[in-house]
Amino acid sequence: MYAYVIRRLFSGLVMLIVMSFATFLMFFNGAVDPVRYTCGKACGVPGVLERNRAMLGYDDPVPVQYAKFVKGVFVGRDFPDDPALRKSAPETIARCDAPCLGYSPKENSTVTSMLAERAPISASLAVAAFIMWIAFGVGGGIVAALYKGRWPDKLIVGTALIFYAFPTFFIGLFLYKFVAIKWELTPQPVYTAFTEDPVAWAMGLFLPGLTLALFYIAGYIRLTRSYVIEAASEDYLRTAKAKGLDKRTILWKHTMRSALTPLITLAALDFAGLLGGAIITETVFNYQGLGKLAVDAATTWDLPVTVGIVLTLSTIVILANIIVDVLYAVIDPRVKLA
Amino acid sequence: MSIQPPAEDLSTDVVATAAEEVGATKIEGRTPWQLVRMRLRRDKTTMFILVVVLFGLIMGITAPILSRLGVLDPFSGNRELIDVTGGGLPLGRFGGVSWAHPLGVVPGTGQDVLSRLVLGVTYSLGIAVSATLLAIGLGTFVGVVAGYSRGWLDFWLSRLIDLTLTFPQTLMLIALSPIVVRLLTDRFGVPEGDIANGMYVVGVLGLFGWPIFARVIRSQVLSIREREFIEAARSLGANNRRIYAKELLPNLWAPILIYSTLLMPQFISAEAALSYLGVGIKPPTPTLGNVLRDSIQYAESDFIFFFFPALFIAILVLSLNLLGDGLRDALDPKADR
Repeated sequence: MYAYVIRRLFSGLVMLIVMSFATFLMFFNGAVDPVRYTCGKACGVPGVLERNRAMLGYDDPVPVQYAKFVKGVFVGRDFPDDPALRKSAPETIARCDAPCLGYSPKENSTVTSMLAERAPISASLAVAAFIMWIAFGVGGGIVAALYKGRWPDKLIVGTALIFYAFPTFFIGLFLYKFVAIKWELTPQPVYTAFTEDPVAWAMGLFLPGLTLALFYIAGYIRLTRSYVIEAASEDYLRTAKAKGLDKRTILWKHTMRSALTPLITLAALDFAGLLGGAIITETVFNYQGLGKLAVDAATTWDLPVTVGIVLTLSTIVILANIIVDVLYAVIDPRVKLA
Repeated sequence: MSIQPPAEDLSTDVVATAAEEVGATKIEGRTPWQLVRMRLRRDKTTMFILVVVLFGLIMGITAPILSRLGVLDPFSGNRELIDVTGGGLPLGRFGGVSWAHPLGVVPGTGQDVLSRLVLGVTYSLGIAVSATLLAIGLGTFVGVVAGYSRGWLDFWLSRLIDLTLTFPQTLMLIALSPIVVRLLTDRFGVPEGDIANGMYVVGVLGLFGWPIFARVIRSQVLSIREREFIEAARSLGANNRRIYAKELLPNLWAPILIYSTLLMPQFISAEAALSYLGVGIKPPTPTLGNVLRDSIQYAESDFIFFFFPALFIAILVLSLNLLGDGLRDALDPKADR
């Protein structure tokens, strides 16, 4: 078991290195000069481009930039990157503590602090969506499987498919502009910090959470339904029935246990992916989470922020994969640790 | 295309001749294709969905011709149908619905909504089909090579699949757009505008869309390569190329067909989402996503214009998804939904 965990961690580490280097190659390959987007109108002033380039370290080759970035993650670094520039203008020095993910000259702020500021909003949204999609998705899937082929099954699966077919931003905008604003049927989707007012926090998250959940519900209904149907046809269930076990025990202790185990993996991975922010939903409801930050950074070409977010999200996904694999080996004794 | 493995061909033949000799009722052999068609024809829902999808395809193919002929008029504005003084909303009820403009006109410009949507089907289907071909092609190639070669090549290709899956796809699509579009226009001489943007969307959707399908194909190949007919072919001296093309690929057409049908709706939704975020083919070119995006600012005042682009997308996505499910039932009866 320990050997498995260590092997899994090691391969995750290798993946992390390859992934981050690939990201650097993709964004700093020289097709577009990233400095041009750091100064806006001031770029016309002679010397500004060169100064910003030296400040952000873009004048180094990609591998050197990458090495400096990795060093910054572990021990922090100072901006401007260029030592000569630091000496000539000490008042501009910005300290970027470890884990340093870069510095955005546009926002005059370190990427790490920007991410930390936005993360709670995305996490709240992910939790709200997760609760709804597990409740409706898995619950709906179980009901559909129990009524296989009859009207509750058709109703649940059909409704989920129809909701899935409409674009997420259309559903979100419809809920926002009509259900919340025009008809005032639900609380206004405005984010309040949990520590400030937990009730307002939950109310504000209802519509965005639902929008995000609707995207996942259809898939989870179908999966749950097929897993439950498959598990119900196993031989050991016939045995359980034959030996006179009561229906409820058969359903919850035998069928559900084997049917829902694989769902844990999927749900955990989807949840991890959401922690990094839901781009569409956050844009629609104007939630200032990681997804919104990512879109804004990407469209205004704030490269340090974009790269920081891409790396953070991919790291979360890699970590989640490792955790899920290890957990799965603990939950399901049939998994061979090969 | 021969679908059945040679070994089984032989055995059914032998059984059939043996049955004839003893005078038993003749067993009629059916090819897998015939079985599939039989199952499909019995499935009324899927047949109906197939008609809807074919209708959409024909719509997509004929729309550019029709707009060239002037039957559809997606671009020219009709300012006389617009309330110019009152915020640019269409005159008349329900967003300016009339016989000439069955789904009303676009607020502000007065373009015909139906024409834009029909031409939008062309663009959206075009993007979805091209991205699907790219993703399925790459996925099949990597999956077959990984599954058949095993060993170190399989190991590295599988890691490549893992790597591609770790990137946050939507974010990469937005973030890479300026770089890649610039690369396409400057280094490869692709004309700027719709062509470069369209190529970008197709390329990146395809490049991030293949890994899951490659996994499916790889696991299929891993099980097929242990079957007797592969061993038979190899012992008869068939080289790798022949085994790939004549023995492996014909046995993979079921997952290829099913996944192609299921990838397309994903790409149609993705195109719409990207248009909403301002990436990809830019307005005024009417992809379905662009038409829907144009309508957002009028959502409260002109609901018809807001709803119909979304409905077009939903119908396409829903019918392609259902067609994929139907095909899965027909091609792989063992797969329980």
